[in-house]
Amino acid sequence: MALLEIKGLRGGIRDQDIINGIDLTINRGEVHAIMGPNGSGKSTLGKILAGHEEYAETGGTVRFNGKDLFELTPEERANEGMFLAFQYPVEIPGVSNAYFLRAALNERLKYRGEPEISAGAFRRLLNKKMEQVDMDPELARRPVNEDFSGGEKKRNEIFHMAVLEPTLSILDETDSGLDIDAMRIVAHGINQQRTADNAMIVITHYQRLLDYVVPDYVHVMYQGRIVKSGMKDLALELEEKGYEWIREEVEAAG
Amino acid sequence: MEAIETLAQQEYKEGWVTDIEMETAPPGLNEDIIRFISAKKNEPGFLLEWRLKAYRHWLKMKEPNWQYMAYPPVDYQDIVYYAAPKNTPQYNSLDEVDPELLETYDKLGIPLEEQKVLAGVAVDAVFDSVSVHTTFKDKLAELGIIFCSFSEAAQDHPDLVEKYLGTVVPYRDNYFASLNSAVFSDGSFCYIPPGVRCPMELSTYFRINTAGTGQFERTLIIADEGSYVSYLEGCTAPMRDENQLHAAVVELVALKDAQIKYSTVQNWYPGNEEGKGGVYNFVTKRGVCKGDNAKISWTQVETGSAITWKYPSVILQGDHSIGEFYSVALTRNKQVADTGTKMIHVGKDTRSTVVSKGISAGNGQNVYRGRIQVMKRADGAKNYTQSDTMLIADRCGAHTNPYIDVGNNSASVEHEASTARISEDQLFYCKTRGISTEDAISMIINGFCKEVFQELPMEFAVEAKKLLGISLEGSVG
Repeated sequence: MALLEIKGLRGGIRDQDIINGIDLTINRGEVHAIMGPNGSGKSTLGKILAGHEEYAETGGTVRFNGKDLFELTPEERANEGMFLAFQYPVEIPGVSNAYFLRAALNERLKYRGEPEISAGAFRRLLNKKMEQVDMDPELARRPVNEDFSGGEKKRNEIFHMAVLEPTLSILDETDSGLDIDAMRIVAHGINQQRTADNAMIVITHYQRLLDYVVPDYVHVMYQGRIVKSGMKDLALELEEKGYEWIREEVEAAG
Repeated sequence: MEAIETLAQQEYKEGWVTDIEMETAPPGLNEDIIRFISAKKNEPGFLLEWRLKAYRHWLKMKEPNWQYMAYPPVDYQDIVYYAAPKNTPQYNSLDEVDPELLETYDKLGIPLEEQKVLAGVAVDAVFDSVSVHTTFKDKLAELGIIFCSFSEAAQDHPDLVEKYLGTVVPYRDNYFASLNSAVFSDGSFCYIPPGVRCPMELSTYFRINTAGTGQFERTLIIADEGSYVSYLEGCTAPMRDENQLHAAVVELVALKDAQIKYSTVQNWYPGNEEGKGGVYNFVTKRGVCKGDNAKISWTQVETGSAITWKYPSVILQGDHSIGEFYSVALTRNKQVADTGTKMIHVGKDTRSTVVSKGISAGNGQNVYRGRIQVMKRADGAKNYTQSDTMLIADRCGAHTNPYIDVGNNSASVEHEASTARISEDQLFYCKTRGISTEDAISMIINGFCKEVFQELPMEFAVEAKKLLGISLEGSVG
């Protein structure tokens, strides 16, 4: 059974469709990159999948873990194993990162009918994950994203992902705003999380992240559709030719 | 934002009425009633005289009207000024206490005995107007600490009462303080001798119970030179259909090198969704740092009452003395909180810190009103004030009225203010981590109030958590 199965998905914001019919199947163990020019609907796809209140599907079906995704609340989707790494991570003043993550992890355990994690076990888990994704322990103690630099916020998203161990991670432009060193660290963190049991959707505008997080498949979005799919070479081709080439192809076909 | 609304409308969970026979004065207020109260309590002569002076002064006063909220006129002749459980109890053990009363405490979740022993807390519980139970008095007595009801203090320690009563809040102070001075029913008294550090948190639970009975508590705490005491005050009230006036007075006196930490969790009945039936909580709380290096710290979590109107204040008389005020006020439905503090810098190098967090939901209104006054002689006085508000609805409001009055050029006074909302982005972020809207709101509010909660003793922090429906931070990270 596919982990995520999207069929004919349409949707957007305020009665205006931004996604105009997407089909995409993602299996465990796969990393799919979604590329495309600005405004092509990449981030909207992530928000619809994660259940942002202002976005809505207007057609098609999505099955996640065999369940109808749109029957699940955003938090149920998360507890089923979906994770959205934000392009612009949000600050929660006064709430420590560690406390926040423990609350999130306990929600997940509760959802699965498992007992809550003890303080000691959680501390050990945090230490392990901080090491894995090269996270400054100081940032775990500080309030969620408050006064974090842009790079620290992105690293924190990957840290959250590492602690929550999702089965499907949607990384929304995690590389944006990062210098090359920060991107390497983030990419290393992402790669640490890749297993045969989970899958990732890597949304990015640029190819450069994909040098480090090598995808199994690359899809190109344009005007709310996937207009081209291929293997990792496609990303390189896009890098070389730019998106203009895609536009021309789509318009020629249309 | 539907879930927020639901949370804001949660019903008051502590509503019920206990049926205990009361010995009650007829409604109304005159000198005979005051004499009746004083006689009932076997008070020394000076106290009756003081009450009468206060009453005569009160008659000449006008009810203030500068506050933010409006409330229907109070008929002071329609209030019952004295009510007490019929057999004024002086019990040796819990077994002797009326079981119905104990049940009431159980419902409130107040563990009177063993739990308190474990927690290291002595309890002087005020049920309506008369103290019914005092624990740990002996243990405290060994250290020379006096912790008893005000009535007992008036009889057993009249010299202390006479020396300090009205020295911080004079009977002429304001309309409600004068009324309280004339008719106060009971309250707590505490004296910590020189150099003694009180080994446990002292706590009192107040509770309004008799229909139409105004509550006029009077608390007096004296920390003698070099002593320390932490005092906890918490209250809930049963559901009721008519408004209840609560006009308490709290006076704190900290002598040289002494420290008083006074923490309050206030959860009087707030009224129904329309605001009907809630308590009017008009309180005068003030402390004086009388000697050098004295410190008084107020921490309050105000979630109850239809109207909260109070400004726990500190007069910084001694040089190098410190005053602090940490406050969380949550208003929802039609609740109003007009609260804040006054820090009056008299001595040299005095410091004060004010942190106020107002949360408004539903139609709730939150007013921060503060005065920082630096007198001419207060060289080097420093104040830092932070007043933050969070709005959780479209119909609620937040207002900030800071008054600053500086009479000395070497003083430094800082004020920061902010207004925040819980954003949709924050809620969505929490949801993508598996945290429900309700829990996310609790968490965000908890984060917002953190600087205040960390000032509360642990036990009260737990209470605050219950009251705001939030989870506490601290075990991790």
